[in-house]
Amino acid sequence: MALALRHGTYMMWRELLALWRQPWWIAVTLMQPIIWLLLFGELFRSVVEIPGFETSSYVDFLVPGVIIMTAFFGASWGGMGMIEDLDRGVTDRLLVSPLARAALVAGKVMQSAVVIVVQSLIMIGLALIIGASFPGGIDGVLVMLAMAVLLGCSVGALSNGLALYIRKEESLIALLSAVQLPLTFISTAFMQKDLIPGWMQTAADFNPLNWAIEASRTAVLEGGDWGFIAARAGLLVVVLLLSGWFALRAVAAYQRSV
Amino acid sequence: MNAIEAEGLTKRYPPDVQALDGVSFSVPEGTVFGLLGPNGAGKSTTVKILTTLSTPDSGTARVAGFDVNREAAKVRRAIGVVAQNPGVDGELTGRENLILQGRIHGIPSAELRRRADQLLEQFGLAEAADRVARGYSGGMKRRLDIAVALVHRPKVLFLDEPTTGLDPEVRAAMWEEIERLASEEGLTILLTTHYLEEADELASQLAIVDRGRIVVQGSPEALKGELQGDAVHVELAEPAQNGAATGLLDGVADVRDVVVEGTVLRARVANGATALPSVMAALEAASVSVASVRVSRPSLDDVYLRYTGRAFAEAEAEASRDSSDEEDR
Repeated sequence: MALALRHGTYMMWRELLALWRQPWWIAVTLMQPIIWLLLFGELFRSVVEIPGFETSSYVDFLVPGVIIMTAFFGASWGGMGMIEDLDRGVTDRLLVSPLARAALVAGKVMQSAVVIVVQSLIMIGLALIIGASFPGGIDGVLVMLAMAVLLGCSVGALSNGLALYIRKEESLIALLSAVQLPLTFISTAFMQKDLIPGWMQTAADFNPLNWAIEASRTAVLEGGDWGFIAARAGLLVVVLLLSGWFALRAVAAYQRSV
Repeated sequence: MNAIEAEGLTKRYPPDVQALDGVSFSVPEGTVFGLLGPNGAGKSTTVKILTTLSTPDSGTARVAGFDVNREAAKVRRAIGVVAQNPGVDGELTGRENLILQGRIHGIPSAELRRRADQLLEQFGLAEAADRVARGYSGGMKRRLDIAVALVHRPKVLFLDEPTTGLDPEVRAAMWEEIERLASEEGLTILLTTHYLEEADELASQLAIVDRGRIVVQGSPEALKGELQGDAVHVELAEPAQNGAATGLLDGVADVRDVVVEGTVLRARVANGATALPSVMAALEAASVSVASVRVSRPSLDDVYLRYTGRAFAEAEAEASRDSSDEEDR
């Protein structure tokens, strides 16, 4: 476990260096959340006028939704890097070295966690500039960051595991695209829960993306309800453990097929 | 002591590719051993098993004294591997590639920095050390690949097709480097190749692999000794009645190993220059019209033909038909 973590940080260093050398990637990664926040903020501005909508500022409501959504999207593409490594023979070279098997996935997931934190901080800064408030204070913001990282790690591990099974970029892109938007819209990212259709509310209760959004929003807007936040966080930890287990199985399955 | 011992290795890839069908050989410590054969013969699969990337369906193997199945972690510490597709990370610099591999092997950082400098110098990469490897030439990538494989001073080095796709000059330089590693650093090297001259140049022992089996094993000298003489390659104007052509050449002095495949007739003769006129005369006498004739020194093709009864190109074509995907076995 300690070895896996140490090796994971070596691999994370490798991933971050690689990203750092792609100016376009950095530009897009920084711009995208800003665009989400400004675009959705404008698009849905009049949502606050719907009777029953409880938050007076839509941006206040939106920030946790967009932060979690950005973490989810970013991390879900994590498997693409794995397929690139498979194609280039990097994975095989690593598998015949003493690298802890878990680090193969852990490095990529940890990289994605770092990116998520940076993106989230940028969005929080921007939100403050455009006049959002965080009544839950610094504790609330920290909970939101933790939820984004927790969800990002789960989704990242899942995506890397799928990549090891699927091994074809096109197929992985198709699969990810097919689930990203539906999962985002079957959630409270943009709309208060009791204002979305009943069946969607039910579906959202089973959507890990929504667990992260609700816990974050509760922490940021209201603070306080720690029981609810802990319950959601607990569910997300379970998802993370399952995803991690799946990713490790995928590494083993890949090696058996070589 | 043997650095590598393989005993009865078999491996099957579903649904029906028998990649290895009982491969056994041993490599004494400090020597260079060549596995020679066309693509799809089972060379890469053998390397994958010996380097713990893959596991055999049956059979056992020991590398550097450790069992590849039960002591895979120990094997991984003792070996360096240069795979067919270069596994260098294109987004990292040459130096960073070395540092990453060294860290994985747990080398303390001060020592690792010195080791990286030394390897970069040794492999002529000192100037390019801090450029990202994506921009390296094919030869530089290959040299970096070998340097990365050596960072932890392994006992056994695996080189899977080390010069495939390289220019002739780069190949010659690579041969020198491999020879130096073997003689000065006392490494045991297992290399796979489909160039006879490469195995001839580098290996003290070699094994010819065909359809997942080792068909013959020995020193290059011994194998060449059995192949004395020249190869005659006759392109016929039209497909011959096999029996007829083969039978005719039987009567010509010094002609051996006659094989006819379609419009191609191959034979071995003691001396090409002196035998050719009588070969042509015999064919002419049988009114077989000839499109072209070529005489050459023994090549892998000929070794292959001699021990497997089919031409190398034929075997490669068959391999690509057999494998459902483009992966090398």
